[in-house]
Amino acid sequence: MHHPHYYHDGDLARFPELGKNRPELAQKFFDWYGAVFAEGALSAREKSLIALAVAHAVQCPYCIDAYSRDALEKGSDLDQMTEAVHVAAAIRGGASLVHGVQMRNRAGQLGM
Amino acid sequence: MANPPTTSLSARGSPFASPAVQLRTLRQLALPREFAGALQAAGLPPLRPSRIGVFQLNLGKLCNQTCRHCHVDAGPDRSEVMSRETMEQCLAALASTAIPTVDITGGAPEMNPHFRWLVEQVTAMGRHVMDRCNLTILETAPHRDLPEFLARHRVEIICSLPHHRALSTDRQRGDGVHEKSIRALQRLNALGYGDGRSGLRLVLVTNPVGAFLPANQAALEVEWRRELMRNHRIVFDAVHTITNMPIGRFLEWLQQSGNLSEYLERLVAAFNPAAVPGVMCRNTLSIGWDGRLYDCDFNQMLDLGVDAEARRHVRDFDLARLEARRIVTDRHCFGCTAGAGSSCGGATT
Repeated sequence: MHHPHYYHDGDLARFPELGKNRPELAQKFFDWYGAVFAEGALSAREKSLIALAVAHAVQCPYCIDAYSRDALEKGSDLDQMTEAVHVAAAIRGGASLVHGVQMRNRAGQLGM
Repeated sequence: MANPPTTSLSARGSPFASPAVQLRTLRQLALPREFAGALQAAGLPPLRPSRIGVFQLNLGKLCNQTCRHCHVDAGPDRSEVMSRETMEQCLAALASTAIPTVDITGGAPEMNPHFRWLVEQVTAMGRHVMDRCNLTILETAPHRDLPEFLARHRVEIICSLPHHRALSTDRQRGDGVHEKSIRALQRLNALGYGDGRSGLRLVLVTNPVGAFLPANQAALEVEWRRELMRNHRIVFDAVHTITNMPIGRFLEWLQQSGNLSEYLERLVAAFNPAAVPGVMCRNTLSIGWDGRLYDCDFNQMLDLGVDAEARRHVRDFDLARLEARRIVTDRHCFGCTAGAGSSCGGATT
């Protein structure tokens, strides 16, 4: 199928097609995925917000679509969802910045 | 203003003020199946009443708020309210039955000038009364003493609160509504409402603020109990989740926001046979402000009267015929059977 873009919003619903080959692997993934998101020590709403944050960290448009809806359906509001995205962004930003220590180590070693 | 106020469809002369236009809009959508077909495919018979346990009186379309999702199209610009004469007909019908519960709704039913008289009459008959209250009405000058009146008559209060935080509440119901709602809840708590011991039952009802399904009711209740206590020292007995019906002002918003097809497809895809037995049309009779009879408040707003075999006005009330009727369904009914199900009593599963 030809798509004018790499990402196509209809493709999310086609995710199960991955199971057309090596279905036993897909089955393991989807079973595990379902178990991960069940109510547990964390509530399903908390897990949904984590998923939303991670979706932004890995910049997956499918996941952002899916977990924006899911977070709303779990009872989160836009303030709470925005805070989750900021957490992801802060970790991403911090992860870059903390490498500055490595930069300083190397520069210190090389410099006079 | 973050959330600009709206007016009723009726006042704006919107085509959606017409029930026929609403039904036509829903029927024109390309959907994979019809409601009757979904029941059949699940091996379920067409909907019929179980036993009528709730007499739901809609006292009119007059309301102090104009919520963006209102299926009634209620507001301060509406004037339709139930007359004393119609209330007397309702009471006569009720007296001929052993129906234990009278569920009073609107609009803001408390704005009906005969509201208190009606509550007094029904409680004198020994029936349980539920008041579907928007909370802010309790903060208006003419109704400030209502909490004491309701407590005195042991009225259960079913109140609307879309979210335990202000952002979504005000988005759906108007700026400042959350703050007033919290104040009203605190006043109700001070009378013993929601403390779990007084017998004064306080239920919070939440509708999603947008084109998505409600959260899991039990999980939401745990979180709301914690957050409302932590932030406002508020207690309550239960949270009920209700799915937004694709009718009234919510239908208009769905269409204007480009969400209509996707929302209906979502409701159809989420059809849950296990949610069907508990739908409210099976145990509730809905009575309009003018005394006409309906299977539910949603059918009332779509002008879908009870099946023609049953008499259609409360003055001709005939319980046996009503309990033998076939429930009138259409595409909006997918709203009550999606996911965990939805009814005036919250999730049905």
